[in-house]
Amino acid sequence: MAPIMQVVFDALSLGSLYALGALGIALIFGVMRLVNFAHGDVIAFCVFALLWPSVDAVAIIFAGNLPWFLLIPFTLAVGAGLSVLSEVVVFRRFRRANPATMMIASFALGFVIRYFLLMLFSSRPKSISLLPGLSQPVELLGARIPLLQLITILVTIAVLIGLTAFLRRTRFGLEMRAAAENFTMARMLGVRANRVIMGAFALSGALAAAIALILGSQTGTANIMMGASVMLMAFIATVIGGMGSLAGAVIAGFALGAIATVMQVILPPDARAFRDAFVYGAVILVLIFRPQGLLAARGTKERV
Amino acid sequence: MSLVSLSNVSVRYGRLTAVRGVTFTLAEGEILFITGPNGAGKSSLLRAIAGVTPPAGGRIDFADHDITGRAPEDIARLGLSMVPEGRDVFGSLTIEENLMVGTGMHARERSWKARAANELEAVYATFPILKERRHTQAGLLSGGQQQMLVIGRALMTNPRLVAIDEPSLGLAPNITDQVYERLITLRAERRLTLLIVEQSSTRAMMVGGRMMLMRGGEILLDGDARALGQSEAMQAAYFGYGEH
Ligand SMILES: Nc1ncnc2c1ncn2[C@@H]1O[C@H](COP(=O)(O)OP(=O)(O)O)[C@@H](O)[C@H]1O
Ligand SMILES: [Mg+2]
Repeated sequence: MAPIMQVVFDALSLGSLYALGALGIALIFGVMRLVNFAHGDVIAFCVFALLWPSVDAVAIIFAGNLPWFLLIPFTLAVGAGLSVLSEVVVFRRFRRANPATMMIASFALGFVIRYFLLMLFSSRPKSISLLPGLSQPVELLGARIPLLQLITILVTIAVLIGLTAFLRRTRFGLEMRAAAENFTMARMLGVRANRVIMGAFALSGALAAAIALILGSQTGTANIMMGASVMLMAFIATVIGGMGSLAGAVIAGFALGAIATVMQVILPPDARAFRDAFVYGAVILVLIFRPQGLLAARGTKERV
Repeated sequence: MSLVSLSNVSVRYGRLTAVRGVTFTLAEGEILFITGPNGAGKSSLLRAIAGVTPPAGGRIDFADHDITGRAPEDIARLGLSMVPEGRDVFGSLTIEENLMVGTGMHARERSWKARAANELEAVYATFPILKERRHTQAGLLSGGQQQMLVIGRALMTNPRLVAIDEPSLGLAPNITDQVYERLITLRAERRLTLLIVEQSSTRAMMVGGRMMLMRGGEILLDGDARALGQSEAMQAAYFGYGEH
């Protein structure tokens, strides 16, 4: 049996990833009712943005060699930039379309990004070493955990505090919250729709970049599909959390991380391969008993 | 000098025409009631003026700008404040946050913060209950308090025109009295131009001013509220007698 603290840290760090992913989806859903399935591909793009294009099996690390204090802002800027670009080039044209149309557009955009990466890098996963030194273990509360795990948790907490402060204390945050609740009313009060939506995309893209850095360092590989698995769980977390509710997305993200980790420990070894099936089973149960999600988003008025 | 001018404005939803060829002007400082039965197209007309439902035809001018088809935020920034039907408070925001949302449009100007603080105090002076409950979530307020909040919120941007869609909807008559009392005082204090939509002409006759009757998407009558309200033409037009 794994030491209990070990399990706690595993759960928290996995939950952190899901929470960051769910936040990125919920932010955009909140202001424009768009379920952005391209989010996972933005994550992958951020990792590959650190490499030099080549189809060889060996990765040519490029921007990835920057010292961390440049690497982190660079990656965040890539994520935010790509995300804002996708809004300006693609989603803006669908502003008045129905949610299903926008969702399909996001699928299409995801494929475009994925095949663009495929063209430049081929589909083979490449091994990379990002932020080395973070894999060394540290002793904490009787558990030996990788430094990266600790950093992941701390970064997520910092992001949550920062985002909350941003939304509660700044003018732009106030406008975003108002727009998330009732976009049309916010516009009638002079809130600029395009600015708020671009802001949401920038934040969401930066969150995707944070996930990319964590995943890249954790797994030591760059893989075109690397965003997809996190995304699926993150998407489920936003649904359970009540679409568009930021707090709900975060709570559900951590809950999913905890359930997945605990199942990994308590399931008999033969059943572990089916862990995700059990997690999805739990999700179905939640949705049967609370179809509106754990914390339903308050704004249901029409957007834009 | 007219503040608002509509010329031949129409609004369509697919094949349904909700507003047909409406033309009128509204002078600065005037108070205009648009009355008419349910489905007359009153809300559609107001939403067209505010830019929420762009008109299918015609032209709308506000404060010397052609605002036809402009975005709602641009129109708001020219000084047109709209209070839509059904009191759209931001339920999860506090009263004070609700009031502050609109002040961002002046954020470019120097000393806008001081101005916003002044506006806030002015609104609180008009509606003391809002000050008392300033940190309460707006979704928890009663209907009357929400109506005061949205009117206060509309004033925070220091508008030239306030357009209100059915302020009495769902309110007890004595609460409606209070809301109107404040509106009339505010109008006198600020030289506001008011455009108020109501189903019945009762309020218009009490307050006085100009009144138009709308039915089937058209303006049928336009005149002094008290004179029109008592006329038989009003009754006939409202209920559509003698047509068929
Ligand atoms: N969003 C909409 N989509 C389709 N039809 C609408 C919409 N809003 C209003 N209508 C129709 O337009 C007509 C006028 O409605 P409305 O402007 O709300 O009238 P009023 O405010 O005078 O009651 C009605 O027949 C109504 O059913
Ligand atoms: Mg109406």
